[in-house]
Amino acid sequence: MSVVTIQLGQCGNQVGQELFDIICNDAEQSQRKTYSTSCSARFFRPTSKGDLVARAVLVDMEPKVINQSMNKAVKSGRWRYGEDSHFSQKQGSGNNWANGYCVLGPRHKDAVEELVRQEVERCDALAGFIPVMSVAGGTGSGVGTYVTQCLRDIYPTSFILNHLTWPYGTGEVIVQNYNSVLTLAHLYQLSDAMLVHENDTVHKICSQLLNIKQISFSDINMVIAHQLGGVLQPALTPDSYGVYSRNPLGELVSALACHPEYKLLSVSTVPQMPSSSIAFSTFSWPALLKHLRQMLISNTRMEVERTRSLTQGGFNTSLANLLILRGKDVYSAETGGFEDPAIYTPWLRSEEAFSLWKSPVSFDKYEKFATLVSNSQALLRPLDDMVRKAWNMFASRAYIHQYIKYNISEEDFLDSFTSLEQVISSYGQLQC
Amino acid sequence: VVFQKVLSLLEEEFPDVCRIVTAVYPSAEDDVITSPYNTVLAMQELTEHADCVLPVENQSLLDILNKIDAMSYGTKLGPGVKRNNCVTSGGSRLSGAQKPFDAMNNIVANLLLNITSSTRFEGSLNMDLNEIAMNLVPFPRLHYLVPSLTPLYSLADVSIPTKRLDQMFSDAFSKDHQLIRANLKHSLFLASALMVRGDVHMSDLRRNIERLRSSLPFVSWNQEGWKTGLCSVPPVGHSHSMLALSNNTCVKATFMELRDSFTKLYKKKAHLHHYLHVDGMEQSIFSEALSSLTGLIEDYHHLDVSKSRLQRDTPRLRIATGSSS
Repeated sequence: MSVVTIQLGQCGNQVGQELFDIICNDAEQSQRKTYSTSCSARFFRPTSKGDLVARAVLVDMEPKVINQSMNKAVKSGRWRYGEDSHFSQKQGSGNNWANGYCVLGPRHKDAVEELVRQEVERCDALAGFIPVMSVAGGTGSGVGTYVTQCLRDIYPTSFILNHLTWPYGTGEVIVQNYNSVLTLAHLYQLSDAMLVHENDTVHKICSQLLNIKQISFSDINMVIAHQLGGVLQPALTPDSYGVYSRNPLGELVSALACHPEYKLLSVSTVPQMPSSSIAFSTFSWPALLKHLRQMLISNTRMEVERTRSLTQGGFNTSLANLLILRGKDVYSAETGGFEDPAIYTPWLRSEEAFSLWKSPVSFDKYEKFATLVSNSQALLRPLDDMVRKAWNMFASRAYIHQYIKYNISEEDFLDSFTSLEQVISSYGQLQC
Repeated sequence: VVFQKVLSLLEEEFPDVCRIVTAVYPSAEDDVITSPYNTVLAMQELTEHADCVLPVENQSLLDILNKIDAMSYGTKLGPGVKRNNCVTSGGSRLSGAQKPFDAMNNIVANLLLNITSSTRFEGSLNMDLNEIAMNLVPFPRLHYLVPSLTPLYSLADVSIPTKRLDQMFSDAFSKDHQLIRANLKHSLFLASALMVRGDVHMSDLRRNIERLRSSLPFVSWNQEGWKTGLCSVPPVGHSHSMLALSNNTCVKATFMELRDSFTKLYKKKAHLHHYLHVDGMEQSIFSEALSSLTGLIEDYHHLDVSKSRLQRDTPRLRIATGSSS
């Protein structure tokens, strides 16, 4: 079954391009034919010339980033985007969610829907959609939310898993917290689940684990794409009876997002180290899994730092966890630590809360690689910070005229704040 | 005056297109006696019909040129300061009574080049004109953005070590690099945008923002009021450059001086008849313009006094929580 990816805005188009690159690379490097075939079918379509074309639609309100991404793909020599699979304008969204959602989205609805429809028709079977976007700017957030809404309307039974990049806590865009609040509140009604990467967390991975001295967005995007690859590449699931899952998004959503109040998913992967060190390191599943479990419960998404949370004592309670093991000796890996009831909310049995997928094929250069997708309190603190800052700004009504200009009212803001306070409250009470 | 008409026309015809105006403000010793009238009348249009205004003072441009001269010819000769630097490539310069308008205009041209760089070249974090207005204008009339440019001279040495890069960020907030004479650091920031060009990594940008934050007072509801842009292509002759645009209450001082010059003339009705002879000009236009300026000054003042007040987080919405199962 095939996944259609929709890349929205600068971030979405940059991250998306890195993701397809990693997936294609992984598929080619793998020695196993069934894995490669499954992977190619899922994310690419073959053409009459035999080259791989990504099952993707690229959307942006200005042309430069799409052009860059398409050129980079062609330069890789291994895959490319469809020549006509993109839509762009010349003016940008001005970092204004209201402009993206109320004006530009509707204005270009037909064109974008047509591109999506063409991609869907080229799939033998549709596994679902992954819109890739940031929440801080105007196009990814505003147009992205609108496009997600269109997808939900036109394909009501398809799975929609939004990949969201949350901005650095301190300023990339001044109105980022408004844009984020509006996006998250709306997506909560439209999306099956949201897989979130925060720039702050990924930045720390780059500096503290990968030892990158001067970090650029390209480094950030590669880490995000790498972690996403760990999630999305083919795996054997309990439901798939010895073949690679044909319903990856559906299985992911049902494993993790069983309750409409809880849709925020975070990702952690081990090992995480400079690629130059990998060849010299040996990994054991017990050590890797112990690390990963420790990262989970102490509310950190990387192996070094502890951060405080909004819950008691810094213990991160989970609603559900999905562990994906890739590489050597996966069948003998002992995962009991993730079935411990102590790490889960008391109103779910740990057998229901924990899911395990495996792939005997190694991912990237790693002999053993583990990905943990969590529905837990890990994102509670960053979400609360976002809402708090947006609320303080809203109290002075700063910048609100910019949104009202494009038909988002103070009422709309209040509704979004209310929805997110509900989400914060729900996650805050997971340990009860 | 023609420009004012053009501004309103643009607003009527293209209401959705951002109008960013670079406005040259007269120096105190301006040749034109009635420049305070012209300026205040123009300001009303700018306040009502422009989305953003980038005020530029002739005196600041002159000061910058003098600084460049001093660096090129005299005392503090930097390690690789070129004589023919890019800023002042427009012809020779005379000291004394004649103002070097070519060179001054060149600085303003560079300002415009920097603002549009993200639209013309690629980068890892694009920032276009609409985003400037969106992020830097929290309240519609308070849209006067102080520009500062760095570097102001070209360096022969292309591989600039990190220390010099950090210096660029510090310079951007120093009085010598601002295009109006006002002190950013002593007033209150409402928002600031940093448009960086060239071989600068995002981590350099973030590190410098962290470093500078403590010395730059921001309004309580915008403590992290930084908008950033990274464009890969630097200006000709430099390896990197930066434009800072700050919405800062220091413009209040500039406007107050302007209002005082205006009032000096207006109280005596000096030269007023020249204006009132023109069809369509009435005295009410003057009083309206004055009251618009006064209102603007008050708006900035109102924010200024909030500077010392300790602001706590606004109480959050409370959600009714169901009983836990």
